[in-house]
Amino acid sequence: MPTTKKTAKKKPTGAKAASGSVALLIATKKGGFIFTSDAKRREWKIRGPIFLGHIAHHILLDPRDRRTMLMAAKTGHLGPTVFRSTDFGKNWKEATKPPAFPKAPEGEKGLVVDHVFWLTPGHPSEPKVWYAGTSPQGLFCSLDAGDTWEPVSGFNNHPMRFAWTGSGQDGTPDGPKMHSINIDPRDPNHMYLGMSSGGVFESTDSGANWHPLNAGCVADFLPDPNTEYGHDPHCVRLHPAAPDILYQQNHCGIYRMDRNEGRWTRIGENMPKAVGDIGFPMVVHPRDPETVWVFPMDGTQVWPRTSPGGKPAVYRTSNAGKKWQRLDNGLPRDQAWVTVFRQAMTADAHNPVGVYFGTTCGEVWASHNEGDKWTCIARNLPHIYAVEAAELGK
Amino acid sequence: MKVFIPSPLLSYTGQEKEVEVGGSTIAELLDELNRRYPGIRFRMIDEQDAIRPHMRIFVNGEQVWNLNTPLQPSDEIYILQALSGG
Repeated sequence: MPTTKKTAKKKPTGAKAASGSVALLIATKKGGFIFTSDAKRREWKIRGPIFLGHIAHHILLDPRDRRTMLMAAKTGHLGPTVFRSTDFGKNWKEATKPPAFPKAPEGEKGLVVDHVFWLTPGHPSEPKVWYAGTSPQGLFCSLDAGDTWEPVSGFNNHPMRFAWTGSGQDGTPDGPKMHSINIDPRDPNHMYLGMSSGGVFESTDSGANWHPLNAGCVADFLPDPNTEYGHDPHCVRLHPAAPDILYQQNHCGIYRMDRNEGRWTRIGENMPKAVGDIGFPMVVHPRDPETVWVFPMDGTQVWPRTSPGGKPAVYRTSNAGKKWQRLDNGLPRDQAWVTVFRQAMTADAHNPVGVYFGTTCGEVWASHNEGDKWTCIARNLPHIYAVEAAELGK
Repeated sequence: MKVFIPSPLLSYTGQEKEVEVGGSTIAELLDELNRRYPGIRFRMIDEQDAIRPHMRIFVNGEQVWNLNTPLQPSDEIYILQALSGG
């Protein structure tokens, strides 16, 4: 991990609306795809598949140079790796040293990375730094733009790691995951991460030490629902323009935290009761800290994890969860049992904001007016794991 | 000795299905293979030096599990990968 630097918290910049074309980086169960739009975000060109047959969990363009692209990938049988491109996805090269846990001493059982699940570019002041979260839960850091990766021992070797993460049986069906690595835009040493399961954790020293940050968040599947850790955040987002504001879509509802208060407040209870406040993704507005989008799913009984009633809809709040608005104009009205994974909904930085999501049945939906109207821009892709937007214009 | 490469790993060997690699043990052979074709070892062998669940290594038709298995120059090594799944 990078050396801790003494930094004063600065007000983040970059709140100006973007313009021009947008790229969508689509990670699927069978490879990656790159969509690029025209300047109006109406027409889309599709490039791919990239690494057809690889399970791509996450693809990101480095916003600091707009050229470096990383893809977290494995196949059903080959081990996990990271592929890198430095020419916007035209040519790819495998990381020289992918994320891997240290070899355990003789006679001891060591951890094995099953897949790299999450990628996050580092702070703008650390241009070659990237972080990766894995399954099982491990944090890794690259100082050379994703070519070589080292374990962040402050987390991976933390004396509480096993307690925080539980056993391998405590995670999602395809493995417990570390995700939602958020870097404070004012301070490269200040980080958050989420674990399914485990909860939300914070570090203020560039990953050397960590502590749970789950007060106020319920874990109703545990004997003690008000436990300090063991929660199941599905997606945690720090607001880029108001970095003390955090939102999370949790297994147990939608929450918001003002970090100065240090306590999560459930804001999903204002969602319609028939829809509930369970889901996977959480998307924040690039400029307005009060506006977020979620994609509710059926979290009742055996948890179908499909759109409630077979009627998919995005919900948006513009006042930090006091009221929610259903946004389904253009989406199927009935018999659409859609699932959107935690990395598969995103927003661009335009005004009005473009919002995008990909489904497990391979559809990509786009709205260039903040969710007011939806258009399907691709069908018949493989099962979509992640959709990330990247600005290509000004 | 001859090493037969399964199709999912041919992108590493430049599509060569059969390569000549030296080594007195499976571990040495894999290290040499990785020197020549960077990255290939980690796709087959995890960080705890275990053969990944869907990979198999055969020496002269006999499956081996231990990377310290000794090799002779005349041995034939088959690396196989399951094709199960969807």
